[in-house]
Amino acid sequence: MITIIDYGLGNLGSILNMLKKIGAKAQISSSLQEIERAEKLLLPGVGAFDNGMAQLRARGMVELLNWKALEQKVPVLGICLGMQLLGNRSEEGHESGLGWIDGQSVRFSFDGANSGLKVPHMGWNLVANSKQSALLKDMLEELRFYFVHSYHFACNQPQDELLKTHYGFDFTSAIEKNNIMGVQFHPEKSHKFGMRLLSNFANL
Amino acid sequence: MLKTRVIPCLLLRGQGLVKTVKFKDPKYVGDPINAVKIFNDKEVDELIFMDITATIEKRGPNFKMISEIAAECFMPFGYGGGISHIDEVRRIINVGAEKVILNTAAHLNPNLIEEAAAQFGSQSIVVAIDIKKSIFGKAEVFIESGQKKVRISPVDLAKRVEQLGAGEIIVNSIDRDGTGEGYDIDLLNKISSSVHIPIVASGGAGKLADFREAKTRGGASAVAAGSMFVFHGKHRAVLITYPEYAELEASLN
Repeated sequence: MITIIDYGLGNLGSILNMLKKIGAKAQISSSLQEIERAEKLLLPGVGAFDNGMAQLRARGMVELLNWKALEQKVPVLGICLGMQLLGNRSEEGHESGLGWIDGQSVRFSFDGANSGLKVPHMGWNLVANSKQSALLKDMLEELRFYFVHSYHFACNQPQDELLKTHYGFDFTSAIEKNNIMGVQFHPEKSHKFGMRLLSNFANL
Repeated sequence: MLKTRVIPCLLLRGQGLVKTVKFKDPKYVGDPINAVKIFNDKEVDELIFMDITATIEKRGPNFKMISEIAAECFMPFGYGGGISHIDEVRRIINVGAEKVILNTAAHLNPNLIEEAAAQFGSQSIVVAIDIKKSIFGKAEVFIESGQKKVRISPVDLAKRVEQLGAGEIIVNSIDRDGTGEGYDIDLLNKISSSVHIPIVASGGAGKLADFREAKTRGGASAVAAGSMFVFHGKHRAVLITYPEYAELEASLN
């Protein structure tokens, strides 16, 4: 059973729909009791970094999530803002992040030959592996995913980078450290590629 | 490398999908949910749904239909038609649409763009501009499904909605709608060169080469098409199709 954390941000229905489609057991929950019992956690999120952290704090979820991720070591997947929250901080705000993966989110900024590139980075783009992972099991061909974001993750420890994507330059589009994973793109809106990635997460 | 998005634009009329020519003569082309399922299998980049009678029938969006679409749509989609209030924007996003498309409301209540962009982010607020050439060749903006002319130039309107916080503009040529004659490249170019947000070309696509023209000469970030993806052959038999990924790659990227 995957528990999708409802902390007041974003459209959780799309993620649940795709998990249902691939036959994975999942629930959306804002209940601390249910999150405490969760076997796997999915941290979604769209919107501003500070608002995301403030919502997690206001619901008293941060300590519980620290315990689940760092002590109990259940698999955790952050999506979009949910990935950025796994880092230490973001240029977008002042709040500190969960700090599970050493890195921070920085705004896309382009000049010179790249000055025509638009922010947000929105649309389908390719990803390239930086390392092997069970999350990418049997995904050997060219992979593409749907992105919408203005900030991107920057790892301080290169070994935490799982996927990278080119937009003006190569940026980190997925991270993985032990049981903690994050993807900048939206698997729930990336049809067969997203289905396979979420199936792999469900089967961990 | 970011891909140029190729977006089937599907018109809702009542419970069914239709396709028009120059905004007239709606022809039934099928069931929306069935179309979504087919487009899933074809790994489409994104979908646009426009309810073309919601505004003129003075009713709001069909939320039941939107949530049925969302439950089956494993790619991003935008919905437009009959949206006039921030609560409607919220409901559409909450049921699972990525983007809300405003047209008539963008003229009658520009504050809605500002309010919606502030609450949900610019990336989820799209303005569609319907444009028809006068007999003197002047590009004019129409609202209410092409029925009412408004006194603002397409370029001025595009600049205004960008300033209000719209994240994307669909430039739709009424004259080219359903004709397959190609996009109005001059119009696209005029608008894309006066704003910084992405432009979606719409109206007139008949072949893959038209997508490329819209991108390279028109400055479009994405291309939308209707007839090309719902009709087949010169007799316009209904057939839901979408080019193979490799074909699109060869043509666009």
